Amino acid sequence: MTAQPLPDLDPDLAPADTSSTRLATAPVVVTLERVNKWYGAFHVLRDIDLTVRRGERIVVCGPSGSGKSTLIRCINRLEEHQSGRIVVDGIELASDLKTIDEIRREVGMVFQHFNLFPHLTVLENCTLAPIWVKTMPRAEAEELAMRYLTRVKIPHQAHKYPGQLSGGQQQRVAIARSLCMSPKIMLFDEPTSALDPEMVKEVLDTMVGLADEGMTMIVVTHEMGFARQVADRVIFMDEGQVVEANTPDAFFRDPQHERTRLFLSQILH
Amino acid sequence: MASSTGLPPQAFVRRDAVPAAPPPALVGGPLAWIRRNLFSSLGNACLTVAAAALLALLLPPMLRFLVFDAVWTGENRDACRPEVLGHPVGACWAFVASKINYFVYGSYPIEARWRADLFFALLAFGIGWLLWLDAPRRDLGAAYFFVVFPLAAYALLSGVPALGLGYVPTSLWGGMLVTIVVALVGIVVSLPFGVLLALGRRSRLPVVRLVCVIFIEFWRGVPLITVLFMANVMLPLFLPGDVTVDRLVRPLVGIALFTSAYMAEIVRGGLQAMPRGQFEGAMSLGLGPWLTMRLVILPQALRIVIPGIVNSYIALFKDTTLVSIVGIFDFIRTIESARVDPNWAAPTVSVTGYAFAALFYFVFCFGMSRYSRFVERRLSASSAR
Repeated sequence: MTAQPLPDLDPDLAPADTSSTRLATAPVVVTLERVNKWYGAFHVLRDIDLTVRRGERIVVCGPSGSGKSTLIRCINRLEEHQSGRIVVDGIELASDLKTIDEIRREVGMVFQHFNLFPHLTVLENCTLAPIWVKTMPRAEAEELAMRYLTRVKIPHQAHKYPGQLSGGQQQRVAIARSLCMSPKIMLFDEPTSALDPEMVKEVLDTMVGLADEGMTMIVVTHEMGFARQVADRVIFMDEGQVVEANTPDAFFRDPQHERTRLFLSQILH
Repeated sequence: MASSTGLPPQAFVRRDAVPAAPPPALVGGPLAWIRRNLFSSLGNACLTVAAAALLALLLPPMLRFLVFDAVWTGENRDACRPEVLGHPVGACWAFVASKINYFVYGSYPIEARWRADLFFALLAFGIGWLLWLDAPRRDLGAAYFFVVFPLAAYALLSGVPALGLGYVPTSLWGGMLVTIVVALVGIVVSLPFGVLLALGRRSRLPVVRLVCVIFIEFWRGVPLITVLFMANVMLPLFLPGDVTVDRLVRPLVGIALFTSAYMAEIVRGGLQAMPRGQFEGAMSLGLGPWLTMRLVILPQALRIVIPGIVNSYIALFKDTTLVSIVGIFDFIRTIESARVDPNWAAPTVSVTGYAFAALFYFVFCFGMSRYSRFVERRLSASSAR
């Protein structure tokens, strides 16, 4: 929706390796089969089929209310689907708490509004889950947290509270916090939509770095520059359905569906 | 300016920055403060004058009674009788001084009062440890306060004959000792119990929710006096003849449950103020529902409701006076019985007793209020936006 100019990403970075050979041999880590979900009588997800291979970067876009956030929130069970199967890293999502917690440990998530814990310092935000979920010794967890905070380029803010940081810094902390659980898959739910324009680039750069290291990523975003540079596949959703999915190159150059063309014409000008 | 740089007249480019300057003199200073806060408008000025007049009217006689005309020393009523002294007499503090042991311990046996003193000392130590936010090992402090101290307090006050501490029946306990014991039990029990009830009321399990709702609404729907009468008069009728519950314990339990119900609603308010994102952030990290509650939600929710919690504690502290109507000799009751002592029959003795009680309750309640303000400010400074 926000028709921001394409952020100029690091020119040194080569376009992502989108060759199908790299992914064709990779194991499947997420499978969705005919997933359906309703909010009351409203059909939000309609027959969603999706297969994600290890190392694959998927960008999901679409108008607001199209179900793209709901889709990725179903993958770690922040939303419950009502029919169909979701298999994450060989574990089928069921209602029992144990399975859900197992999957959440494998899947990291970054939110539009960061959802950092305001009563804890940046460092404590990062060490909380490793200490309590993985029963990691505190010293080890802090070392790990500092490593990831260094990677997102804010190690010197470790002892501040989230409220003392800028939006872009908070989002980078949120990314570091997820990484501390060593997830196999990262979900991004509009990670730059709540940021001031000046801070979008620092977060996108962090995400590009993550992609270059081979992280499996599913990203809901309107940052088409990011999609072009990083994605292996772009998925366009509308009214709860996948309308079109293609390589970013083909998706932007030659959109097939009329709805896709309309959407692209409105956000790219 | 624009024309000299050759730009069209509507264009502008800043060449030199505007430095930050100090505010004009009118903004700061005591005179400005007075004008802004006391005399900002005609209505405000009238209020200021009226308040000053009221203070001038009330303060001098009050000070004269409590301090300047007060009697500080004396052995009996003669010290405080104007016809003996030949001048008007204010507060009879000599009465309070002579009765102070009774006010503090009630009828607690004199030879065992060191135990009550030790109890006060242990209590002060525990409270100090918990309330001092930068104290070392506050986890140990909490363990001390919630486990070691209650056991020690029970052993000291009630007595353990096996340890050489003679048994003191609760009928002899009295004064500030009882007031503090009742308030303390209410305060210590109601917070954890209230948190559990609040969580239960938000539970997804209908049976748990129903039980909690019934419990909370029952205790909120019954006046405290009724609870106390039920505890002391009617409960013994329902129990089998050979089962007796101590006459102090019964109202204690009643007050603790009563306060827990109120506490539950306060805590629920805090839980409802928590944004959904906090739950989602915690759950997405793999923290289960209990860890999410304990590590992420409750610390924030309780922080939001500190004013409500302290408000409820202050109300509880003052409500402890109600136990006097079911025959327990709390602080108020000791004043009631001391002020009619013929040895101290003097005109201002009753008023002095009540003034002393007011001072006692005010010191504790105001202390709680100030401390909670301090904590709020400390916590909001640490997570300042």
